[in-house]
Amino acid sequence: MAASTLTVPQAEMPMSPHLRGRVGMWCMIAAESAIFTIFVVAYLYYAGKSISGPTPREVLEVPIFISICLFSSSFTIVMGERAIDRGNTKLFAMWLFGTIFLGAIFVAGSLREWHRLIYEHGVTISSSLFGTTFYSLVGLHLSHVIVGLTMLSIVLIFALLGKVKQEHAERLGVLALYWHFVDTVWVVVLSVVYFIAR
Amino acid sequence: MLDADSLSKPMFEPPAEVQARPWLDRVHEWIVTVDHKKLGLMYVCYGLLFLVVGGVEATAMRIQLALPNNHFVSPQTFNQLFTMHGTTMIFFSAMPIVFGIAVYLIPLMIGARDMAFPRLNAWGFWMSALGGIILYFSWIGGNGLYGAGGAPDVGWFAYAPLTSPAFSVGHATDYWIIGIFVSGFGSIATAINIITTILCLRCPGMTLRRIPMLAWLNLVMAVQVILAVSPLTAAQIMLLIDRYLGGHFFDTQAGGSAVLWMHFFWIFGHPEVYVLVLPAFGILSEVIPVFSRKPIFGYSIMVAATLAIGFISMSVWAHHMFTVGMTSYANAFFVASTAAIAVPTGIKIFNWLGTMWGGKLIFKVPMLFSVGAVCQMLIAGLTGIMLSAAPFDWQLGNSYFVVAHFHYVILGVIVFAVFAAIYYWYPKVTGRMLSETLGRWHFWLFLIGFHFTFDFMHIPGLLGMPRRIYTYDTGRGWDIWNFIVTVGVLFQALAILVWVVNVFRSYFKGEVAGNDPWNAWTLEWSTTSPPPDYNFATIPVVRSARPLWDRKHPEDPDWKYE
Repeated sequence: MAASTLTVPQAEMPMSPHLRGRVGMWCMIAAESAIFTIFVVAYLYYAGKSISGPTPREVLEVPIFISICLFSSSFTIVMGERAIDRGNTKLFAMWLFGTIFLGAIFVAGSLREWHRLIYEHGVTISSSLFGTTFYSLVGLHLSHVIVGLTMLSIVLIFALLGKVKQEHAERLGVLALYWHFVDTVWVVVLSVVYFIAR
Repeated sequence: MLDADSLSKPMFEPPAEVQARPWLDRVHEWIVTVDHKKLGLMYVCYGLLFLVVGGVEATAMRIQLALPNNHFVSPQTFNQLFTMHGTTMIFFSAMPIVFGIAVYLIPLMIGARDMAFPRLNAWGFWMSALGGIILYFSWIGGNGLYGAGGAPDVGWFAYAPLTSPAFSVGHATDYWIIGIFVSGFGSIATAINIITTILCLRCPGMTLRRIPMLAWLNLVMAVQVILAVSPLTAAQIMLLIDRYLGGHFFDTQAGGSAVLWMHFFWIFGHPEVYVLVLPAFGILSEVIPVFSRKPIFGYSIMVAATLAIGFISMSVWAHHMFTVGMTSYANAFFVASTAAIAVPTGIKIFNWLGTMWGGKLIFKVPMLFSVGAVCQMLIAGLTGIMLSAAPFDWQLGNSYFVVAHFHYVILGVIVFAVFAAIYYWYPKVTGRMLSETLGRWHFWLFLIGFHFTFDFMHIPGLLGMPRRIYTYDTGRGWDIWNFIVTVGVLFQALAILVWVVNVFRSYFKGEVAGNDPWNAWTLEWSTTSPPPDYNFATIPVVRSARPLWDRKHPEDPDWKYE
């Protein structure tokens, strides 16, 4: 039986294989969201249960500037995606650099906050329950930012070497999806840590 | 032997120089492979190896409990044995086996040439394998600096504060944490791969209404892995922070909560049961129609029931915690959701019966194991409903009744279905049939042993025997039941021995299978046995849920009625 004798209506054609990167990334985002959910639940459950140490209200300051930087980096990466979709690799590299720069400001700002908490207020991961939950939730997010920055930097190196072409737009879209996820998680972490459970 | 054999001849025979390569070359090829068939086989073999290891641990425990006041193993060893047995069987036996079956069969069944991410597939397998090695390294490396420990002895759900540095001295518990953590990454990777493969790589015409039931059940299973194994990973990170960085997540003296660990563990732990049993249901849904000579009864209802099980099973976890003490509202919610899950499960049982009803039943070994699994699913489900009632659970929680119940699910359904799968797909994988005679010996010995062990295990539970005790006194009425339970283990061990002989003997001497020895209907039977590296010479095109039926019966194809 020759397969070609069967014709299949367009509606019965399966999804295209080129979408697999996107589908896979969405699955990974679902898995990561489950991990973050558990940490957020633990943070909310333990809010105010700390027996010793300073309370969040006493030591935490809302990190407005670095949050704006991180949220803006979602915008810059979208602009980068548009540039590479049109094949403008130079513009793409510029927007990519902007994204990495904004992400790096976020990392630096977070580390500055940690330095202040540790040296001025003595809040460490083992000093109190608040310290444990704070550093693990914020640190989990920060580690995701760092992983994302590492991947973006590798792409930037390739872009500067002239290896990134228009045909890579789909894959870069998948990477951008991860970066948007990292930014979205910060909305949740920011509201939980600095507003809801303060 | 069947008309199907005339449909497609073996297309490819490896040239002599390929077959005659040095053995080191061939081992290397298996280690670096990204082929879903090789990885699936390695997954299954790895899981079966650990099935034997976990079985030996179980046998040692049963010998210890066969007689009152026995001294076969020390209390410390007994604690290690039940921890290692539980952890091994769930994470390093059952999960690799169901993943292996999924990874091997899904691309073949949906007409694809490989998984969506072949290298991620290899990564997932090797992470799982690494996890098992890390866990078992604890027998050697678990002593640590303090000279205490050996293997982990905190139980497979590792309740706090047993896992705190004060009570788990040495590194045994760390090996347990990291072993599960690492294999969890592998599981999540493979789950992502399974979902993406089913969604993106189906052949033309293979709509979601036509994919084989096994693919549907594994799709829901993979979603559950993503939603349930990830919380366990998160909880293991917290435990590591507690043990290594001095955190206080589960440290009650600093305001932490031991109960939160229970919640986090069972948010994983209960869906995990369905992660294992859904693929088993998938196997039953493939085997029963073929040996009843009828299409599956109520395909779309089966899919709906699967989705319902997947959905409800995410909200039943605290039925493991009735004895902890929750509010009456929480109790009522978890009683209701747990009882509700019996409805879609019942639908599945009725649909399998509906498939068999009026069919031309052929009781070959795969069908024997499948019918056994369906009957045992009914009993396991009934004791499950009993335990879902909170007052009943207050009486019997943590007793041998619970142990008997969940072994009924895991052994009676999952292992029986896995054996059905092995007898059913072994011809496809190796090109040779397993011996029917030895297979029947295997089935009956295993069935008798299973019922001796796990039917009678309910009774000491009802008589108040708690689980995880190292020994017991005479005169409590438990003696005779424990002895019968242990006798059953001997039958099961004998059955496994028969099966091992069968697998190795048939590999060399079994009857040559041909492409389609069971006259089946799904796409994997349209290619050669074993399938070539590329699975299909041309990507198949299908028009119904039973593509091979359409090819064998062009005068009366299924698609006319869809």
